[in-house]
Amino acid sequence: MKENEHNPSSGRDELTRKDFLTRISLSVAGLSAAVMAVPVISALVAPLLQRKATFWRTVGRVDDFPVGSTSLVNFENADPEPYAGMLARSAAWLRRENEGSFIAFAINCTHLGCPVRWEEGADLFMCPCHGGVYYRDGTVAAGPPPRPLPEYRVRVNNGQVQLQTAPLPITTT
Amino acid sequence: MKHLFWRIWHWLDDRIGINALLKPLVDHPVPPRGLWTYVFGSATLFMFVLQVVTGVALSLLYQPSSANAYHSLEFITYQAKFGNILRSIHYYGASAMLILVGLHMIRTYITASYKYPREMNWISGVFLLLFTIFMGFTGQLLRWDSNGVWSSVVAAQQLGRVPLVGKYLARLLLGGDTIGGASLTRFFSYHVFIIPAFIFIFIALHLWLVFRHGISELPKAGRPVDPKTYRSWYEEYLKDHAVPFWPNAVWRDVMFSSVVVILIILFAWLRGAPQLTTQPNVTYIHTSPSPDWYMVPFFALFALMPHKIESAAMTIGPLLTIILLFILPFVARKGERSPIRRPWAMFGVICVIVFVMSLLIVGLKHPWSADFSAKPVPLAAIHPAHPDSTVIAGSQLFYARGCEYCHRVNGYGGKAGPDLSAVGMRLSGQELTIRIVNGGGNMPAYGGILTKDDLQTLVGFLQAQK
Repeated sequence: MKENEHNPSSGRDELTRKDFLTRISLSVAGLSAAVMAVPVISALVAPLLQRKATFWRTVGRVDDFPVGSTSLVNFENADPEPYAGMLARSAAWLRRENEGSFIAFAINCTHLGCPVRWEEGADLFMCPCHGGVYYRDGTVAAGPPPRPLPEYRVRVNNGQVQLQTAPLPITTT
Repeated sequence: MKHLFWRIWHWLDDRIGINALLKPLVDHPVPPRGLWTYVFGSATLFMFVLQVVTGVALSLLYQPSSANAYHSLEFITYQAKFGNILRSIHYYGASAMLILVGLHMIRTYITASYKYPREMNWISGVFLLLFTIFMGFTGQLLRWDSNGVWSSVVAAQQLGRVPLVGKYLARLLLGGDTIGGASLTRFFSYHVFIIPAFIFIFIALHLWLVFRHGISELPKAGRPVDPKTYRSWYEEYLKDHAVPFWPNAVWRDVMFSSVVVILIILFAWLRGAPQLTTQPNVTYIHTSPSPDWYMVPFFALFALMPHKIESAAMTIGPLLTIILLFILPFVARKGERSPIRRPWAMFGVICVIVFVMSLLIVGLKHPWSADFSAKPVPLAAIHPAHPDSTVIAGSQLFYARGCEYCHRVNGYGGKAGPDLSAVGMRLSGQELTIRIVNGGGNMPAYGGILTKDDLQTLVGFLQAQK
């Protein structure tokens, strides 16, 4: 071992030509791959990098919705792509509770997201997928849904009913 | 002329090395089989090739954009020459691939071919199974009708239950905060580029491993695998018993795969592809999303499992299954391979098959769903034969208030709740009232919904049903 310390050609820390070429090849190739990966990974996770804007969308005049009624309304999403087609819009169940008060529910069942329908006669929201049922105030009446129907923010502005856009409600644990 | 062909062939073979590459594969010695149970793996491979070829053909006709995909599906289905047949073959090919990959796995498990030294054959196979399921799922979305759109929402909801990162995973799957322009583009990329690339890599690995470790010999009771001696024993065994891969072993694979392809074409021709439902429009809510048959067992499981454990089960269930599949060849890496000597393993595999098949059957009937198409009970079908006006009014309320979505009276109505054809014999008027007002089990409480008069009329009608 002592001899090695004095003999650079066989020392442990000494860089042989083979080692040098291996390391420089791997480093340069690795660097180029890492740089190239930035835009690739950015495309992969693009949805997480989006700006989260919200807008108020008009869904109708106050008078369009009789007191006590529950109506299906639809509105443009926050920032739809020009090529989104019909999927540029989302829907909500708008309930007029009294003269000045509205409540807007997501159409998505909190169980697995299927579209709940308002059944006027039964006075219930019913989901076609796994039998989820909600009362008119959005609370769970039966079936597997773990939570009440999510709500959109809603306001009355100059006689117009407006909903605030929101992401598709996802039930988390 | 013949001479010229041979010369060209020899020149090509010399410069390309076709024989040098393939001869060892074609001639390599394999254990004799004498059984038709070893054909599922090769048939799965044939299906993959079929899917690639028909998939590429479909991509010539398909528009991978959220706005236009549905219109191109209509074009493929109703206008393009042989378009519907092409779509059908791709659909039945997917179904066949999923069935065959399952059969291949079951066969491998029954003959314990995952034991030493073929652990990585099994693990690469588990990856291929997962990729195949993901392909089946994304393929169904690319149809991009209302079923496709809502299935992607359902999938996002399932991902959402993953602790901590669920919301981000869901957003990543949908390509944004809502279903939109980016959604289909991403599913297309997964289905057509990303997952197939992985499948190609893993098939290459899987086949290389089959070649490297040799096809497993038929198991025999009393001949356990001993990692210390297995390899040398296998070599000796091949010396005495082996047959060349081509054609002695492979003719059954070719026959079976060809029959499967013919069956697929017959199905495609006679039955056609699944009907397109309505346009992809999440503001149109009168739709009942239902997945393709191979996803129905999952769909059924979500309706039937206890609701309280659901969030945990959605995360832990798949994770546990995958972990179990991965560790199997390590916890059972040696010992008996014969199914006769592994009764508990056989019991387990039968349980899994029965479980999945039951879920599939019950899922296709989906009795838990309200029947929105229920028709009013006609007077002729209610009791008594000459009902008074209260009973008639009650039967009308029974329909108008949505009771019939879930309850059946003499053949009319849904099946989610108990059949009420003879409920008057089981429950008194008071019991009926309590039940309707308070709900219970899977029934909503109608106390805040029905007026007192309506309630009485309804109870009167139900009491008369006996």
